[in-house]
Amino acid sequence: MRHEWTLIGSLLILLVLELNFTDEGKTKSIPSAAILFALVTLSGFLPSQSGTLFGGMYVTDPLRILMKNILNLGVLIVFLQSGSWLRAKNNYNRITEFYLLMLSSVIGVSFMISAGNFLMFYLGLELLTIPIAAAASYEQYKSKSAEAGIKLILSAAFASALLLFGLSMLYGATGSMYFSKMIVTADVLHVLGFVFFFSGLAFKISVVPFHLWTADVYEGSPTNVTSYLSVVSKGAAIFVFVLLSVTLFETIRQVWQPVIYGTAIFTMTIGNLFAIRQQNLKRFLAFSSIAQAGFILLGVIGGTALAMASVIYFVLVYVFSNLAAFGVVIAIEQYSGKININDYNGLYHTNPRLSLAMMLALFSLAGIPPLAGFFGKFFLFTAAAESGYYVLLFIAVANAVVSLYYYLLVVKAMFVNKNESPIKYFHSDYPTRIALSACVVGILVIGFYSPIFEFIKQLCLSSL
Amino acid sequence: MNILIAHIAVPAITTLVMMFARTQKQVRAVAASGMTLQLLLSLILLYLFLQERAAGNEAVVLFTQSYFWYPSLGISFDIGVDGIAVAMILLTSIVIFTGIFASWEVEKLYKEFFISLIVLATGVYGFFVSLDLFVLFLFFELAVIPMYLLIGIWGSGPKEYAAMKLTLMLMGGSALLVVGILGVYFTADVEGLRTFNILALGQQHVPIEMQRIFFPMLFIGFGVIGALFPFHTWSPDGHSSAPTAVSMLHAGVLMKLGGYGCLKVAIFLLPEAANEMSWIFLILTSISVIYGALATVVQTDLKYINAYSSVSHCGLVLFAILMLNKTSSTGAVLQMISHGLMTALFFALIGMLYSRTKTRIITEMGGLMKVLPFLSVCYVIGGLASLGLPGLSGFVAEMTIFVGAFEHEDLFHRVATIIAVSSIVVTAVYILRVVGMLLMGPIKSEAYNNFPKAKWFEKIATISLITGILVIGLTPLWLSNMIRDSLGLIVDKLVLK
Repeated sequence: MRHEWTLIGSLLILLVLELNFTDEGKTKSIPSAAILFALVTLSGFLPSQSGTLFGGMYVTDPLRILMKNILNLGVLIVFLQSGSWLRAKNNYNRITEFYLLMLSSVIGVSFMISAGNFLMFYLGLELLTIPIAAAASYEQYKSKSAEAGIKLILSAAFASALLLFGLSMLYGATGSMYFSKMIVTADVLHVLGFVFFFSGLAFKISVVPFHLWTADVYEGSPTNVTSYLSVVSKGAAIFVFVLLSVTLFETIRQVWQPVIYGTAIFTMTIGNLFAIRQQNLKRFLAFSSIAQAGFILLGVIGGTALAMASVIYFVLVYVFSNLAAFGVVIAIEQYSGKININDYNGLYHTNPRLSLAMMLALFSLAGIPPLAGFFGKFFLFTAAAESGYYVLLFIAVANAVVSLYYYLLVVKAMFVNKNESPIKYFHSDYPTRIALSACVVGILVIGFYSPIFEFIKQLCLSSL
Repeated sequence: MNILIAHIAVPAITTLVMMFARTQKQVRAVAASGMTLQLLLSLILLYLFLQERAAGNEAVVLFTQSYFWYPSLGISFDIGVDGIAVAMILLTSIVIFTGIFASWEVEKLYKEFFISLIVLATGVYGFFVSLDLFVLFLFFELAVIPMYLLIGIWGSGPKEYAAMKLTLMLMGGSALLVVGILGVYFTADVEGLRTFNILALGQQHVPIEMQRIFFPMLFIGFGVIGALFPFHTWSPDGHSSAPTAVSMLHAGVLMKLGGYGCLKVAIFLLPEAANEMSWIFLILTSISVIYGALATVVQTDLKYINAYSSVSHCGLVLFAILMLNKTSSTGAVLQMISHGLMTALFFALIGMLYSRTKTRIITEMGGLMKVLPFLSVCYVIGGLASLGLPGLSGFVAEMTIFVGAFEHEDLFHRVATIIAVSSIVVTAVYILRVVGMLLMGPIKSEAYNNFPKAKWFEKIATISLITGILVIGLTPLWLSNMIRDSLGLIVDKLVLK
């Protein structure tokens, strides 16, 4: 329970602190939130016990704690990157609200991952989504942001409805909401229930064909919220599915494996094909994150310890790589308001460090050695090959080459293309730099430091 | 410290030091001293290797070292070299050493240029020393990706198109490799923990129906970078757009990763499928050889000429490997080294000529022998090596290949061999044509008389390459014995079938 307690505690502290800030001192909540959340993240790494609470509604074990820690790291980076954006004049009056919304959402993430019962899971899911919809329309003076919020809440409501429908079927068929007591079989009602449940969750992961909200919401939302959506909210949904696929739905493997097989192919391919055409970097990263979700499904499909470990490891890598890319986009957007790939032409000549960080992030997303993304992707591929899905693997590697093409387009813009008036040299604030450096270090080190993967794999083995 | 680790560490440290260098002079000094050290190391490695062998050490690979990396997946950082790897490492060291001097006058973003160049070289060294498929693959991709920046930023002509095409095609090849490697890893019959170690995998057996699927993947995957027809199209565009040192390194060394990988991974791990399917690839490589040569004849751009002739020569490497016997495989490795040296020499010379004449079209030049005697003579030597004049490296390599190829007595192999042999005649045509138009005849323009003579760094580059060509041409026995000894393991598996 430590994650949840500390999160709720820091949320309350922040709320009380906010009351004491003067009108001039509102920015103080930026460092306070960052420090509080850093403490939360750190405390998550302290050893803790496993067990259940509320009669099995809440489950915790080392694997779930690891998942929460990975996502917390992501949130911490998002917090560090959002300082300069919140200081802008338009947002000045609502700084604390942003953090409160985010913290509520993270609490939702924690409960969702630790759920031992579908009700708890659903509560967590809603708590994760609704504050984010509010945060997406945070810049309400921009019509796009308001539009993003509405789009997110509507599609999320639709997804919830699907999911609840599925849950009601599963409940009707099995007579329980507790994961440990439900016995799912290949009966029609069970399968139908699973399909609806999966569809609801697929919205969160933005798996094709449930991805249609992604690009618009990612584009319209404030970039900091986008990075949270693309990493934390997506990661949490994937974690839950991985956990359930090897426990509750273990018995209907032959049902969900073909489903994942098909959606993985479509998700990778469609994400990639659309990403090629994008000019706006936020939309670009939206489609690239759809494609990445497709790759992640390669690991989910295996359902072995190696497969689970590869998924969790990939999400860890993805947190660092994607947030590094978003960090650069945020810094540049904050300084110049520019967001198109063309605007990045010649960036290396004026801002070499930012360009290098962006290049490393994109290469890591593309899976180029010796960066972490290479290891992450290779292990996902290994997991798919372990279960004998060679055709799927072949399609995936072909997609990896396509994805390299569009990542290289951005690298080309920064390093090769010429520009009369490139974005001028600028200093970003210290928290952003710390966040970016942390991401870059993560990208460079995670792959070489193998004990991380071995540790995750041990946890997965012991949890199966 | 293990001498092989030093081979990876020296370039890595060189790039690190270079990051702190400021002026062009410092950068050049760091790059040159680092790569000189590397060349010395490689010579020491050769000496130590020959010593060990002379002392009767019959181990398959020497200087081994192994560190666990991902033990649960059977990935470890295993390194070690046999005779082929030693020869390839020496080749790499010579080419990168001369490449540094050939790009002495790079002005634009010089620091980034040398760093990318040496990162590329690090990938190549890692590839040749690794005994673990995962590590080998990691270094393979590491060697490919800096090419994008090197061609994209410092290239000429349609460089963006060429860089993208080259990168995507080579990455497409490595995508096939992923499937092939994982396929071999998971289908090899083994009790207990699986391993990526090549030597261990070589003792395990992959079911024949799986071999039939994965052999083409591995062979084509490596074949793409070895310019296997019809996957060679990146090569002319890439080489002609790349800056001098990159063309040298790429044609000289990187294309050899293909042949090396085909021999030591594809054929070694999947021998039965290799026996069964070699005919398909023999047809493709025969086309590579003759098509590359014929295409060269009609080119007018010096770099295209060399690029297409590289397709032809590298096709010959794969052709020889597919003959699946000891003699021709020895020839294949000799050809890799010989071609590596002479193509590096050609590209270096083209770069030097271009810096003076500002054109690479041969019809616009002429009479260079009179104004640039040193460079012209070097060009002639390279040309003669290329067309297989006895006494130079090309002759040794091609002779060995064709002797090996004629060991097959059936009609199919005979026909393929005759087609491949005929490429030598075509080679003579285009080499002599270039020499005639470029070097002989009247001086094309008054400005030629003001051309600066060969500078000291240009002389270092060309002379070291020519030395290599001469050494192999005059005393080939030690080298071919060294290669032949290492081939036993691979070829014996083929015969056992």
